[in-house]
Amino acid sequence: MESLYIEYLPIAIFIAFAFGLAILFALSSWLIGKQLPDSEKLSPYECGFEPFEDARIQFDVRFYLVAILFIIFDLEVAFLFPWAVSLSNIGILGFISMMIFLFLLTIGFVYEWKKGALEWD
Amino acid sequence: MLDIINYDAFLFLITIFAKILVLVIPLLIIVAFLTYAERKVIAAVQLRKGPNVVGPFGLLQPLADGLKLFSKESIFPTVANKFIFILAPMVAFGLSIAAWAVIPVADGWVISNINVGILYLFAISSLSVYGIIMAGWASNSKYAFMGALRSAAQMVSYEVSIGLVIVTVLVCVGSLNLGKIVYAQQNTWFIFPLFPMFIVFFISALAETNRAPFDLPEDESSLVGGYFTEYSSMLFAMFFLGEYAAMIMMSGMTTILFLGGWLAPFDIALLNKVPGIIWFAGKTSLILFLFLWVRATFPRFRYDQLMRIGWKVFLPLSLLWVVLTSGFLIVFDLLPGNV
Amino acid sequence: MVSIFFYLFAFILIFSSVFVITAKNPVHSVFFLILSFFNATGLFVLMGAEFLAMLLLIVYVGAVAVLFLFVIMMLNIDFKSLRTGIMKNARLGLIIGVVLLAEIIFSIMGMHYGKDKILGTNLSVVSNEIENTRLLGNVLYTDYIYLFQTAGLILLVAMVGAIVLTHRKRDNVRKQDATKQVLRNKSETLNINDIEIGKGA
Repeated sequence: MESLYIEYLPIAIFIAFAFGLAILFALSSWLIGKQLPDSEKLSPYECGFEPFEDARIQFDVRFYLVAILFIIFDLEVAFLFPWAVSLSNIGILGFISMMIFLFLLTIGFVYEWKKGALEWD
Repeated sequence: MLDIINYDAFLFLITIFAKILVLVIPLLIIVAFLTYAERKVIAAVQLRKGPNVVGPFGLLQPLADGLKLFSKESIFPTVANKFIFILAPMVAFGLSIAAWAVIPVADGWVISNINVGILYLFAISSLSVYGIIMAGWASNSKYAFMGALRSAAQMVSYEVSIGLVIVTVLVCVGSLNLGKIVYAQQNTWFIFPLFPMFIVFFISALAETNRAPFDLPEDESSLVGGYFTEYSSMLFAMFFLGEYAAMIMMSGMTTILFLGGWLAPFDIALLNKVPGIIWFAGKTSLILFLFLWVRATFPRFRYDQLMRIGWKVFLPLSLLWVVLTSGFLIVFDLLPGNV
Repeated sequence: MVSIFFYLFAFILIFSSVFVITAKNPVHSVFFLILSFFNATGLFVLMGAEFLAMLLLIVYVGAVAVLFLFVIMMLNIDFKSLRTGIMKNARLGLIIGVVLLAEIIFSIMGMHYGKDKILGTNLSVVSNEIENTRLLGNVLYTDYIYLFQTAGLILLVAMVGAIVLTHRKRDNVRKQDATKQVLRNKSETLNINDIEIGKGA
């Protein structure tokens, strides 16, 4: 356990350092730069006219579908990681077990493909 | 007052800080000069000169750019959600630096040698989508919002193939430790047996870092600047630095997974004398050059083409390759044992 | 030293979980949820469960929370009107809460079932001698094969369900057929006509 903490403490310090650096950059630039805000400067970007609709428009449901499919395939990859590591220990049964799992997902994938869910038109 | 345990702990912390500084300062300098290299490479491809005024050969150009951005006004749009608006570039920049905590630049030269190094890198690259979503939402501007949406969908689509390519390499290694992944390549670099996966990984890395030809999120001709339309000054520069740091991180990852990390190309005494860091830096620079070369050569993809390649080509191809590689290793009994 | 980190992570975890429920703006709720995931990752690392820690980041923060953000940020729902009916649904919410609590209690009570499988080899899950990814892999695909395949089936159902619920066929779209484009050759697309000077249309 001790050796584990010795490996993870530097990561914690490193992440803190990286974000500290980011804060330092932003803050010092804000202090050094001359701040002269006015209402036009602070309005959202648009080419010469007032923005005429809300920026947060209703978005396309396809983005949502992509996100769901991503979760499913991400989980599949998550199941593959320990399998790849211990493939030598679990032998042929473990291999076949994973092939069945992948076959199930391939059925889903083919269904997606045929349904046109992967099309972006 | 200094008893022996405290002294040890103190020394340990000082060493960590020294290591972090030794890694981060050169990294930031390299990031700055990568922007210079990019302009020079693209200029050379297009038969121009590129930056050549500030300093000899324009070498001080990144410094001048940095100073300019640093002294500019920070603009916070009135309609923006201030806290998240400021947090977004910090997340983008912080994450791409934080990834370097586990990358071994030479034998034993790593800040922390964790067992699950490759998963840490994968996690960091899947978190990097947050900087963009947060920026796009917090800006409360149409262009930023559209850019963020496109970018998020693009990044998650290619994340899957990156994961599957990593699994293919892991099957050949049998460990998640980055050092062990490099050692497994002492005889053959994985680029040779897994060449198609190398290509898939490289192209996915382009998409994952929003680089040309997949730079749709910052597509200036249709989205002004994409997710960082509303940003100025150092907050803008942090997105910029983050993108370049992520590029270097992805190149480093490619080097570790496919090009044998810090190992010399041939196991000859003469080549082994060269320090590992030089091999690592050389290989990483080569991949970085590919990033720049691709940008100078290829036109931008259309969004439907981008999604098609990700889901209909790379995903099935890399999944097939996982099955083929593992099946091959099982049949010929070549699986790596307990490493 | 370790206990300081434990209390830090646990403290932030509990408080950010409370804020997930109480925050007025749902986007802030999601960010607090992400914060609590990060602290749970920290707790997993302290227990030595490195693989689960990273998986929590990859799956929950990197995928599930992204989906939540997508929905909440992008759908632009009027959340004030949603809040008004809160007392009306309180009874239903209470029932669901009790059911979930009971499930958690039962699963904690039932935990000793798999214990001998993992711990019986005299290596605890938190052993640092063998990577815990490998320990997990050694049992998941063989000893727990049925549960593993069930997980696969659930994913399949989720995939089909997502498509059935969200996929809409569009009319009037022109599609690019990349295969067709790549496979076409000169003779199909190009013909050279010899036209006399001055006679061309």
